[in-house]
Amino acid sequence: MESIISIKGLSKTYAEGFTALNNIDLEIQRGEIFALLGPNGAGKTTLISIICGIVNPSCGDVKVNGHNIQRDYRTARTEIGLVPQEIATDAFETVWAAVRFSRGLFGKAPDPAYLEKILRQLSLWEKKDNKIITLSGGMKRRLMIAKALSHEPNVLFLDEPTAGVDVELRQDMWRMVRGLRDSGVTVILTTHYIEEAEEMADRVGVINRGELVLVEEKHVLMKKMGEKELSLQLPEPLQEIPQILADLPLTLSSDGYQLVYRFDIKSEDTGLTEFLRRLNAANIEFRDLHTRESSLEEIFVNLVHGARLEREEQLSKEVQE
Amino acid sequence: MNWYGIGAIYKFEMSRTWRTLMQSIASPVLSTSLYFIVFGAAIGSRMGDIDGVSYGAFIIPGLVMLALLSESISNASFGIFFPKFSGTIYEVLSAPVSPFEIVAGYVGAAATKSMVLGLLILLTARFFVDYEILHPLWMLTFLALTAVTFSLFGFIIGIWADDFQKLQVIPLMIITPLTFLGGAFYSISMLPEAWQKITLFNPVVYLISGFRWAFYGVADVNLTLSISMTLLFFALCLMTVWWIFRTGYRIKT
Repeated sequence: MESIISIKGLSKTYAEGFTALNNIDLEIQRGEIFALLGPNGAGKTTLISIICGIVNPSCGDVKVNGHNIQRDYRTARTEIGLVPQEIATDAFETVWAAVRFSRGLFGKAPDPAYLEKILRQLSLWEKKDNKIITLSGGMKRRLMIAKALSHEPNVLFLDEPTAGVDVELRQDMWRMVRGLRDSGVTVILTTHYIEEAEEMADRVGVINRGELVLVEEKHVLMKKMGEKELSLQLPEPLQEIPQILADLPLTLSSDGYQLVYRFDIKSEDTGLTEFLRRLNAANIEFRDLHTRESSLEEIFVNLVHGARLEREEQLSKEVQE
Repeated sequence: MNWYGIGAIYKFEMSRTWRTLMQSIASPVLSTSLYFIVFGAAIGSRMGDIDGVSYGAFIIPGLVMLALLSESISNASFGIFFPKFSGTIYEVLSAPVSPFEIVAGYVGAAATKSMVLGLLILLTARFFVDYEILHPLWMLTFLALTAVTFSLFGFIIGIWADDFQKLQVIPLMIITPLTFLGGAFYSISMLPEAWQKITLFNPVVYLISGFRWAFYGVADVNLTLSISMTLLFFALCLMTVWWIFRTGYRIKT
């Protein structure tokens, strides 16, 4: 698949010495929804801000649709629409004036029909003559999206698009983002809501402390790194895990009625057969069972936690040396 | 050149003026008219002519210049400060507009507003005081040059300021005193000799003097010197703005 954004060796160190991004390499494919995950302060917004021209990179190369963001900034920026994390609008302007302004700013001739289409899609057409200050929070957020789409960009950045948004609006937004992808727009969203990435993304990138920890197809990632749980509901409670099962990765619920076996789905030998054989040998019956795969959230926490442990180990080694 | 981009910023800024007509236009016209009534029509009639010009007419160029300077600075500084304050600056910074186009939009709108205001004040003055304009083209040239230069200066203040107080400090604490002491209400030849020399360090003297010459053909300082000093200040402002965009000072990290 063809890249629409190509990032090579990108780093950003602020004047006070804080390194927000460290040697990032990333290719975003045309037409995909790419979710950039990371805890607060990981560098997600800095990465977006550099691509959009709001922050200067310290080093590295970024191309949008083949255009360098610094040397050929006009063409590169025309390709991009940005919905920032914070709702920032001129409160006393009307909705219509705000989208007209955005379109003009990006060098596009007025096209009332197109702007009408965007506002209708985002259920804002009825509010076009209203001042922004009179809109609800959800409408303001939709207006930010309308402004970002007003110049017909090929790439849309959504920085924490559903932060502080209620469940209904969040699902509306997810539908809208999928619709945009279907119309050919590449969508890059940053989020720390894992369910958002899980629900929408084609690929996921995890960033932590300015470093890209991994980039992977969402389904592959969940398959590669996911754990599965087999939960057994017991008819009689157990006081403790029997000796015959003691070496298996099992946990017993506090009331003794549930036995949970964890296994790695990527492993060739999951140990399930052996577990069931020993269960039979121990004469333990069960009345129900179900399995559950680990969520992207658990994978993400493991990744970030793993990286932290590695760092701590390295630090501890350095101190000892 | 992104003409649509310049146009978008320009129209957006101008629409703010029409939205706040009382504050942007009516209020400065009214307050300057009070000067005409008090110093021109009332007290002025009891004062002697200065350089052959009635006192009421003599103060007109200085008062127009006072309004022009303060409105140019305040319009341009607020125009760029507010997007920084509200966060909407992200849109301008991420748009395919060059620094020149950004400045052209903001400064162009601020200068237009203050020129419209200056001309309105001149029209209003007609109701209270008789005056003539000997060199109308020069008058318009000074008006435009001053409006653009001080709008550029205001743009710099708007970038520099990180709170509302700083936005007001330079116009109120520096520009207004310099204008009052720059010959708005008197000819500097009326000052003691030592003060005449000190006054020449006040850049506003050159603006008012040149502007007054366009009206009545009389000036405190040589016309060429007036134009040169104005152009010098314009060049300094341009260089500062160029440096701001080159370094990203207070707009880009």
